[in-house]
Amino acid sequence: MEKVIDFLSFQDPTVRLVVAGTVLLSISAAVVGCFAYLRKRALVGDALAHSLLPGVAMAFLFSGQKDPWLLLLGAMVSGWLALGAMELIQQHTKLASETAIALVLSVFFGFGVLMLTYLQHHGGGDQAGLDQFLFGNAASMRSSDLYAYGLVGMVLLVIIGAFYKELKLYCFDPDHAQAIGLPTRGLRYLLNTMTVLATAIGIQSVGVVLMAALLITPAATARFWSYRLRTMLFLAALGGAVAGLGGSFASYLAPAMPTGPWIVMVLSFLALVSIFLAPRVGIFARMWRQRQNQRKIIRENLLKAFYHGLENREGDQAWLSRPEWQEQRHLPEWEWQIGFRQLRRHRWILRRSGHYRLTERGLAEARRVVRLHRLWELYLSRYLALGKDHLHPGAESIEHLITPEVEKELLRELDYPEQDPHRSPIPYKS
Amino acid sequence: MSANKEATPALEVHNLTATYDRQPVLWDIDFSLPEGSLAGILGPNGSGKTTLLRNIMGLMQPDSGYVRLLGQDLAKVRAQVSYVPQRESVDWNFPVSVSEVVAMGRYGPGKLLRRLRRPDRDIIEEAMEKTGILPLAHRHISQLSGGQQQRVFIARALAQQAQIYLMDEPFVGVDAATEEAILNLLGEMKDRGQTVIMVHHDLQTAQDYFDQAVLLQTRLVAAGPVETVLNKENLQQAYGGRLNVLSKVGQLAAEKQFPLREKAFRERKKPAHGEGD
Repeated sequence: MEKVIDFLSFQDPTVRLVVAGTVLLSISAAVVGCFAYLRKRALVGDALAHSLLPGVAMAFLFSGQKDPWLLLLGAMVSGWLALGAMELIQQHTKLASETAIALVLSVFFGFGVLMLTYLQHHGGGDQAGLDQFLFGNAASMRSSDLYAYGLVGMVLLVIIGAFYKELKLYCFDPDHAQAIGLPTRGLRYLLNTMTVLATAIGIQSVGVVLMAALLITPAATARFWSYRLRTMLFLAALGGAVAGLGGSFASYLAPAMPTGPWIVMVLSFLALVSIFLAPRVGIFARMWRQRQNQRKIIRENLLKAFYHGLENREGDQAWLSRPEWQEQRHLPEWEWQIGFRQLRRHRWILRRSGHYRLTERGLAEARRVVRLHRLWELYLSRYLALGKDHLHPGAESIEHLITPEVEKELLRELDYPEQDPHRSPIPYKS
Repeated sequence: MSANKEATPALEVHNLTATYDRQPVLWDIDFSLPEGSLAGILGPNGSGKTTLLRNIMGLMQPDSGYVRLLGQDLAKVRAQVSYVPQRESVDWNFPVSVSEVVAMGRYGPGKLLRRLRRPDRDIIEEAMEKTGILPLAHRHISQLSGGQQQRVFIARALAQQAQIYLMDEPFVGVDAATEEAILNLLGEMKDRGQTVIMVHHDLQTAQDYFDQAVLLQTRLVAAGPVETVLNKENLQQAYGGRLNVLSKVGQLAAEKQFPLREKAFRERKKPAHGEGD
């Protein structure tokens, strides 16, 4: 508990430094990752992260120390080699791009693990902690590391800010970018280099195995909530920051535990919440819409049944008994129950001792549904050359869907007809 | 082969040959179109219409031959040339709004590190108004119908304020109202002396829409005023199937990975006029 308070109060300068560094590099990875995500290069990001390992190990092997700048240099070299290899494989063989990605990922990563193992057995005094590159350990970063990674992260964000509109255009429509004479090759190199760097600065705190999560998950999560690139970048940055904070917190509480998995846990939680809660595309939103549709269908079916009851009755009393109403249409009892409740809530029916009648607005609504049904049947028979016995099922669902604008167009197209194909009158406003 | 030597044609294509993985898609295409024309590039599926457009726009390097726009290299007159790609060529789920896409028409190499200015904004708004999408300016592009999406692309092209417009099937998947609206716009552009060159697949309407036509079938069947191009004999040639020998040679080239031109012939950088004949 003491440690929790320690961490949260940010009194300890090392804590402050680790948190600031981790959050900053998480933000820049998340923002850079948005562009990889939008170019549909999520898998490339994963392969890239794994491919940095041999470069990092190589840098350590040659220098004998854990200097952040040398590590970045090594990571850059092997990242670029990996990208080049993927491109060459795709250009010169008939292999699918996912095959090329899988090949490069496994070969580079395997080689990196090999070198890491060698270093741990034969390396110098500082070899301890090299395995942190696999799963990350935020707390193990020294201030020189943090300054280096923080600086690179900052530079990446500045570059994205500076070339924001060109990057947006290039990701959306590269042909247009090239056609108006933008340096598309340069933009592609820029994006690739930024992806390599954003991945490289994260490997000490997150590790190569899980770095792709920090690159792609915030982007995918943010996309659920945003329809503008600007908002998406901002939300992804926010998600990255929260994950970075969570990761460094966990790392501080339990230094023996790798940070990467914790960051991924936080990110996955955010993603999961988004999948359920996002507006419009979220699972709950979809379920809600389904439910609304179902209610509408039930309620309109009941209205239609009532209208048929009115058409079939003798005389012209406005009241129908419940059996008279229900015999117009076979629906399961629960639908009737929901339907009654719906109609009452909309104030479309009145009840008096077991008999029902429609209110004025209810009658207008019932007329509308019947009108749409019959108009659509007429439309189908006229324009889709459907036989009379095939008309009803199609109209049965479409009648609930047609909006007032479409109705107007339909009326114009059919020239305000009097009767449907079955010679039933089409009810207009009385 | 241009008839009037006095005026520079809007577009000249000289001996253009293009291949995909050595399979030739365009054989020795050679024609020119006068300025101020509304031209249709016609031909059956797979006849190389889109490929021709991509070569003209420098999105693909031809194996031989070269292109002149307003008598110049594309690089020199890029600002005067606007390209409207096929609607399906981009991801309409991309997180941008209608006005953002139209604004892309004002981007350019001279505007790196710079925000769009007030005059740019005015031009963007006017382009949206002309294409009837101003009320949709803040919509996300995935919420648009096919016709509206096409209008967005046309608005982006208008915002470029070019002299030549190259469009790839702007009428595909578009409602009748949009087709008419676009057509009216194109008529106005033509009256202002701008040139519109369009890939089109509907022969029925071609006669009415265009004054110039280019009929392709991997080779050039005919080019010129629409009434002389679209005669029975030419259409028979274009749509009656491929030339046997030509397509066999093409297949051979692809199979053996054989270059269609020897190296020396590839000189496109500074072509002397009349070299290709």
